[in-house]
Amino acid sequence: MTLYDARRRKNAIYVSLCYAASAFGLVWLAWILCALIFKGTTGLVPATFTQMTPPPGSAGGLLNAICGSLIMSIAAVALGTPIGILAGTYLAEYGSGSKLAFVVRFINDILLSAPSIVIGLFVYQIVVVPMGHFSALAGMLALAIIVIPVVVRTTEDMLRLVPNQLREASTALGLPKSMVIQRIAYKAARAGLTTGVLLAIARISGETAPLLFTALNNQFFATNINAPMASLPVVIFQFALSPYADWQRLAWTGALIITMTVLVLSITARVLGRQRIKS
Amino acid sequence: MTVGVPSVDESTILDRAKALARFKFGDSFFHVVTFSAAITVLVLLSGVILSLVIGSIPAIQTFGFGFLVTEVWNPVTDKYGAAAAIYGTVVTSLIAMVIAIPIGVGIAIFLSELCPQPLRQPIGIAIELLAGIPSIIYGIWGLFIFAPLLQQYVEPGIISFFGHVPGLNLLFEGPPYGIGVFTAGFILAIMVLPFISSISRDVFATVPAVLKESAYGLGFTTREVVGNVVIPYTRTGIIGGVMLALGRALGETMAVTFVIGNAHRVSNSILAPGTTISATIANEFTEAVGSLYTSALVELGLILFVITFFVLAIARYMLMRIEQKGAQ
Repeated sequence: MTLYDARRRKNAIYVSLCYAASAFGLVWLAWILCALIFKGTTGLVPATFTQMTPPPGSAGGLLNAICGSLIMSIAAVALGTPIGILAGTYLAEYGSGSKLAFVVRFINDILLSAPSIVIGLFVYQIVVVPMGHFSALAGMLALAIIVIPVVVRTTEDMLRLVPNQLREASTALGLPKSMVIQRIAYKAARAGLTTGVLLAIARISGETAPLLFTALNNQFFATNINAPMASLPVVIFQFALSPYADWQRLAWTGALIITMTVLVLSITARVLGRQRIKS
Repeated sequence: MTVGVPSVDESTILDRAKALARFKFGDSFFHVVTFSAAITVLVLLSGVILSLVIGSIPAIQTFGFGFLVTEVWNPVTDKYGAAAAIYGTVVTSLIAMVIAIPIGVGIAIFLSELCPQPLRQPIGIAIELLAGIPSIIYGIWGLFIFAPLLQQYVEPGIISFFGHVPGLNLLFEGPPYGIGVFTAGFILAIMVLPFISSISRDVFATVPAVLKESAYGLGFTTREVVGNVVIPYTRTGIIGGVMLALGRALGETMAVTFVIGNAHRVSNSILAPGTTISATIANEFTEAVGSLYTSALVELGLILFVITFFVLAIARYMLMRIEQKGAQ
């Protein structure tokens, strides 16, 4: 019986360690979210959304940073999504089994997790250096490069979930392959494709590193994509590391705005993605 | 005329031929477009590598291989070495892995074996949300909330506890700064936890139920089933997940930049400030004057990219193997 007791005791320790591990993970999530809400909500006043980033010591908001982030993210998604969806389509519909598709899939997976700061360096070399100055355009390109692998991956996965009978049936009705993909497969995988785009937006809305030396920052409201543009993450970076209390307060508010945006986006994406799998 | 073949006039035939030609053109056009989009992905990666190599040529010519092993980083005298940054990158990632592997796998075991069914989905999503929180949020939280706490309550305890243990006292010596290599590694651990746990959970799901059931039927405890059946069956997949997390940890920028202290030196104590490759680039790139300084930073980026490339390639290879196993 002692052997059995020892096994049971060991098992109890093991199981409680697993419980503890999960609690450990959840504690950090709760802690970070609580800290953000506690420190950030005081700054959620209308002025934050209607005024520009202030010089130290005076009141202001985050309007130019929020707009800059929106402009660059929308442009990056508009640029990256088509390329991503088309490349994902190639992998799922044309290239399955081919060597090229294998290589592209492999490279795409590596780009998916590659350090984003290296993407920033790349865009700096090919856009900022030839142009001679930092610009929102460079920032958009850097973000678009981050969007592409996310969309490629989800597009391929989602198109693979579309049942083959659908394709066969529409081919039998005389539809050419390109129409089968565009009219049937895309439609069947629509929720999934949206998931990919949402995930991509969630991913880039918090990206700081690739913007540091592409879009740089701008104290004023800017819509010129040929000039530096402020973005929420870069402003948070600058303000949080500053010694001024009011700048730090704005940084916390910005952090709260970004986190909430990202969490809402990724939860929506998950719900959409699950619906697709269920149906 | 009774029932007969409906007469087809010439224009309909021509219309059909046109429609078919249009279909054919549409087909090959769409094929070419998707193909070029796929090629774009390859071009991007080669472009990244090429531009980094070209950008780092001046630094490579000036410092040669010594760059990798020199600790000096002095913009004033234009002398650069990557040793401190590489060391910091490797050590923070190691700390992150030491903490995150057991906890991540533990969470996966909890979610796939122990957790009550209705709670699995919400807890799983909550853990994965940790990966969704942007890096900069970890940074600001780490700098203002976590690091001061470590400095006040945890680090003094660690220092006095290990102060008398030979060997370990060197690892945990010095004043408690709060920020430093250990803090960065710890925050990285939290950030990569979801990668390890969700991939482990996915590969645990590939274990045939009959294997687990027969083990339970033989009277195995949960620990024994996991240790003797589940983990051996999924080892490649877990390693793949760990490598993926390692790739993330190596390249993580903003969170580390906030809490590592940005000191270009190699210290024996993990409580001391240090720097990593990505933190150095993030901090200094916009202020870098002179082509050699910029080039040295780009070379750092190249080194980082090469390291993560291999780590991620191994990760993908491992995960592919377990996928094939699952498909069989």
